Amino acid sequence: MMSFIEFMQLATHVGLHHFLLFSAILFAIGLFGLLTKKGLIPLLMCVELMLNAVNINLVAFNHYMPVPDYTGQLMAIFSVAVAASEIAVGVALAFRIYRDRGTVNVDELEKLKG
Amino acid sequence: MMDFWAISIEIAITVLLLLTLLVDLMLPKESDRRPVAFITVIGLVSVFVFSLGQYHLSPSETFYLGLFIADNYSLFFKQLFILGMIFVVLFSLEYTHKFIRYRGEFYSLLLSALLGMCVMASANDFITLFVGLELMTISFYILVGFRMDKAESSEAAVKYLLVGSGSTAVMLYGVSLIYGATGSLDFVTICRNIHLFYAAGLAGVVLIMAGFFFKLSAIPFHMWAPDVYEGAPTPITALLAMSSKAAGLAVFMRVLYVAFPILGTYWMTLLAVISALSMIGGNIMAMKQKDVKRMMAYSSIAQAGYMMAAMASADYAGIKAVMFYATLYLFANVGAFAVLSVVEEERGGTTHGHLTGLSEASPMLAAVMTISLVSMAGVPPTAGFAGKIYIFTAAVDYGYVWLAFVGFIMSMMSIYYYLLVVRAMYRDLEQKETECARSIAPPFSVRITALLSAAATLVVGVWPDFLAKATNFASQTFMR
Repeated sequence: MMSFIEFMQLATHVGLHHFLLFSAILFAIGLFGLLTKKGLIPLLMCVELMLNAVNINLVAFNHYMPVPDYTGQLMAIFSVAVAASEIAVGVALAFRIYRDRGTVNVDELEKLKG
Repeated sequence: MMDFWAISIEIAITVLLLLTLLVDLMLPKESDRRPVAFITVIGLVSVFVFSLGQYHLSPSETFYLGLFIADNYSLFFKQLFILGMIFVVLFSLEYTHKFIRYRGEFYSLLLSALLGMCVMASANDFITLFVGLELMTISFYILVGFRMDKAESSEAAVKYLLVGSGSTAVMLYGVSLIYGATGSLDFVTICRNIHLFYAAGLAGVVLIMAGFFFKLSAIPFHMWAPDVYEGAPTPITALLAMSSKAAGLAVFMRVLYVAFPILGTYWMTLLAVISALSMIGGNIMAMKQKDVKRMMAYSSIAQAGYMMAAMASADYAGIKAVMFYATLYLFANVGAFAVLSVVEEERGGTTHGHLTGLSEASPMLAAVMTISLVSMAGVPPTAGFAGKIYIFTAAVDYGYVWLAFVGFIMSMMSIYYYLLVVRAMYRDLEQKETECARSIAPPFSVRITALLSAAATLVVGVWPDFLAKATNFASQTFMR
């Protein structure tokens, strides 16, 4: 039976597992939103959540590596830059869709079917 | 050591990209941007000729601590992408002139997509892979939505963007798990690491493969492909079907063969199952399509399935079969899409109805279309037959007899929907008096590309020796 103090120490000591759990939850929220949301802007936000979960993973792994190197952080920087450009294109397309149809609801995009 | 010789092709393409942007700025506002297209074609032809001299027997050169490798394998694929891009720019000259508003930027974006593909083919590290993949995909997001006059185009672009970025995130999550398990992102270092067998490593491999299946639109990850292929401008559909898919396969093969060979027993089975599903589903769903661009989307799903069947053999014969098949698939696609772009330009659509009576309107186009489709179906004496022989031999030799069996049956069934198009072009002449009577005179550039691709399809089909030797050489020197 562990004492209350021991339990608190275990619960508040942040280790690799906490980071991984956090990023997995973040990724799952993003994926869930990507599958259920209707508006284009919330969908882009969900993609952003998923990509940021990856960044947290990479940086956390990098921090707890036994041998010091910076590969993970390097990859995270690349991923941030690429995510930014992806979102830029996404927002531009949202403008385009809004001009074409007056809505950004992806459920109403049904010209292509078959 | 920094060896800039290894990235000379990429440097040349980047310079060409900047040059097209610059020329586009300097041209007067009312210019039709033809000079930009000519600069692109001439530049790409010179890069292609220059790259012929880079095949080597010595160990391959790497750039920046092995992040980037210039071996014969990547060189072959790069030449394939450059060739495809030359053909596409040539046959889409008129199409671009008629439907695309921002033509200067269109050519620059084509070149940046090409640059991304070349980087992908040479990737020897997950960072390089990621950067190349995203450079290609983001350029394609924009290119798919490039037709300002059509609401379908932007719809296709949005669908492509959402699915594409979601799959990128999934793949990256896999990469981060692999990094956590092995402590490296370098393919060569990863492959020696026994931690791949831990849960994190296995989950990472599965997520990375799922990301690739999305990019290759393998069933069950294919939902986006038909919509995107139908909505995109026709030249871009051609690029998505041949170059983007070949680039994905090139890097997928390198990841599996170089980074994860010790997990072979796991991924070979997975690959074989997904490949069988793609062959069956793609061919069956293609049958009921009325729009030829949409049909080509399902057909390309099936073609990706054939190529993955060869990959599942995990041997040099498999690499060779994929390279051979990707080449002849490129020629067949160029022919078919050159015809489709002319038909869309003249008759305003690409359904079977729009193709009716094409043999009367332009016998040359109908003949090229027939040769291309027959090659995709794999009927001798076209190149598709030789390619399928290599693929199914590779699959049978390494124990996947059932996979080859599925492939045989499915490619027989595929003849049905390819020949439906041929029937529309040659037989349904009763509506001749209505709108299809007008004869089509294809422009010179289209004629050249169509004839060249049809000739290449027939020559490789009758005399596959040269291409077989070239692919043999490139695959035997893979990873040396």
